[in-house]
Amino acid sequence: MSAVLHSAPKYASNEGVMDALCEAISVWLDHAEDAHGEIILTVKRDAIADVLQILRDEHSYQQMMEIAGADYPERAERFEVVYMLLSLTKNHRIMVKCSTDEATPVPSITGLWPNAGWLEREVFDMYGVVFSGNSDLRRILTDYGFEGHPFRKDFPMTGYTELRYSEEEKRVVYEPVELPQDMRTFDFLSPWEGSDYVLPGDEKAGEPEPEPEAEEVEEKPPVDGVEFDIEEGDDT
Amino acid sequence: MSVQIEESPTTDGDVITNYTINFGPQHPAAHGVLRMIMELDGEVIERVDPHVGLLHRGTEKLIEQKTYLQALPYFDRLDYCSPLCQEHSYVLAIEKLLNIEVPERAQYLRVLFAELTRICNHMLNIGAHVMDVGAMTPNLWVFELREDCLNFFERASGARMHSAWFRPGGVHQDVPEKLLVDIGDWLDNRFFQLFDDAMSLVVDNRIFKQRNVDIAVVGRDDAIAWGFSGPMIRAAGIPWDLRKSQPYDVYDRMEFDIPVGTNSDCYDRFMVRLAEVRESAKIIKQCIRDMPQGPIASTDGKVSPPKRGEMKQSMESLIHHFKLYTEGFHVPEGEVYVATESPKGEFGVYLVSDGSNKPYRCKIRPTAFSHLQAMDMMSKGHMLPDATAILGAIDVVFGECDR
Repeated sequence: MSAVLHSAPKYASNEGVMDALCEAISVWLDHAEDAHGEIILTVKRDAIADVLQILRDEHSYQQMMEIAGADYPERAERFEVVYMLLSLTKNHRIMVKCSTDEATPVPSITGLWPNAGWLEREVFDMYGVVFSGNSDLRRILTDYGFEGHPFRKDFPMTGYTELRYSEEEKRVVYEPVELPQDMRTFDFLSPWEGSDYVLPGDEKAGEPEPEPEAEEVEEKPPVDGVEFDIEEGDDT
Repeated sequence: MSVQIEESPTTDGDVITNYTINFGPQHPAAHGVLRMIMELDGEVIERVDPHVGLLHRGTEKLIEQKTYLQALPYFDRLDYCSPLCQEHSYVLAIEKLLNIEVPERAQYLRVLFAELTRICNHMLNIGAHVMDVGAMTPNLWVFELREDCLNFFERASGARMHSAWFRPGGVHQDVPEKLLVDIGDWLDNRFFQLFDDAMSLVVDNRIFKQRNVDIAVVGRDDAIAWGFSGPMIRAAGIPWDLRKSQPYDVYDRMEFDIPVGTNSDCYDRFMVRLAEVRESAKIIKQCIRDMPQGPIASTDGKVSPPKRGEMKQSMESLIHHFKLYTEGFHVPEGEVYVATESPKGEFGVYLVSDGSNKPYRCKIRPTAFSHLQAMDMMSKGHMLPDATAILGAIDVVFGECDR
């Protein structure tokens, strides 16, 4: 790994830690990596509670600071549940994660750390990941009676319902979201690198003759295409 | 909800039931919009069920739609009592992914202002805690000091509260030399005079002690298991401070002590914060003394914008400026969890990058979540008015808790 230039928190060295941990949980381990100075262990979902217990009891990761969900819709098991562990005695942090889909429950770790309760509730609320064994899996951050799981990538940022105080009915009413203009998402990615646009007209270019030279001539217009694209967005 | 029914010998066979009250969401001692469903047996708390999320704004979802730079001001709006400390976690997370060097002066400036934020935050919390248990005067006095802090922020960043002053790679602008002098003067000539005066009214006050000593005692093991951090874990006698154990920026060059409590009650939490303010003042003075001259942002043109003057002369700078404020910078693929010591405890940012100019996922670890969750455990068996003291000692802010 290249030299550390940044000034982010420095904890005990990762050296040797990964090998020791991998050996301890090798039966359940799917993948282990040490990137950007973070040790990330991916383990089998059903064993997550066992793994965390071993890490807590035998490797002195006493505190479980955070459970984060993440959504990768293109994967077969789209959700990741990431546990951040902290060792007060070794002064070290690791991340342990497992993946799941909409239907498969993840074993709850409320028996290991009492503060897992709310954190699991939050992951459930935001992503719809179910935790088996959590006796209090209510929604936590969203509104009473909310439907859907807002942090999924396919949930629109504007949501589906909005609420206002209705003077006629003397109460707060819920209505479908109505936007005077479409939500605009500019990604500002350069069309020459990174982005994967289908520019208007591009699909015609490839069809009749897949000649590389002819395509290169056709490549030029994208500049106009992009400008046209942005203008279109502004008009709406 | 189960209702407990018992026959009391003192009521001639009349049935007494537990009753349930709603504490908040509009309650001056709820420190924002907290709703607690409390089950009371007379005036003794049997069960507390805090309902959070009334201030949920979907910050993490919003951040996914913004470039890394545009997402920064959201962090001010999380814990609006200590804005710069949250920015600190976020910029360090980005820097960790980018692996860029931050100039020394910028590191000193960030530490200085993070500590000033800590003082600012503690002024609010100490005042609010004292007022929650019935004293009015000290709160007004320490608010005067908080006002001074806010003025310093304004002079550095142009904004009193939502500074948005830290940047990946450094800080936004340098501070005038006079500001550093004034901060030093303020600490020497004004701050402690007022602060000590105000605190002399409470620390040995009989009523204050009656309301706080031996309230919500949390053992060491419980504090660890419940994921406590910051003053809450230090009050339990565990000398754990991320500034010391996992130093970031120039904290490893600072000399300061970690105050710890002995009884782990509300009074200790209060006293730990009091002592922390003094340590912060020490750190600020060291920063002012040792701060070198030099650039205040990374010299990497791909991450931090060029100077105005350069833009008029150099084509490359102009392009950098344009690209930075439209497309933003790209962050290498990967994921990091960076936690810093915010005034309330461990404030963490779990940042997942897919290599583009926007965070793929940005999970924020609020400090209040673990602490508030332990509310039920801490207040069981205490009286109803103790709940406000416990809440005050947790130091909870809902902008951050609900995100």
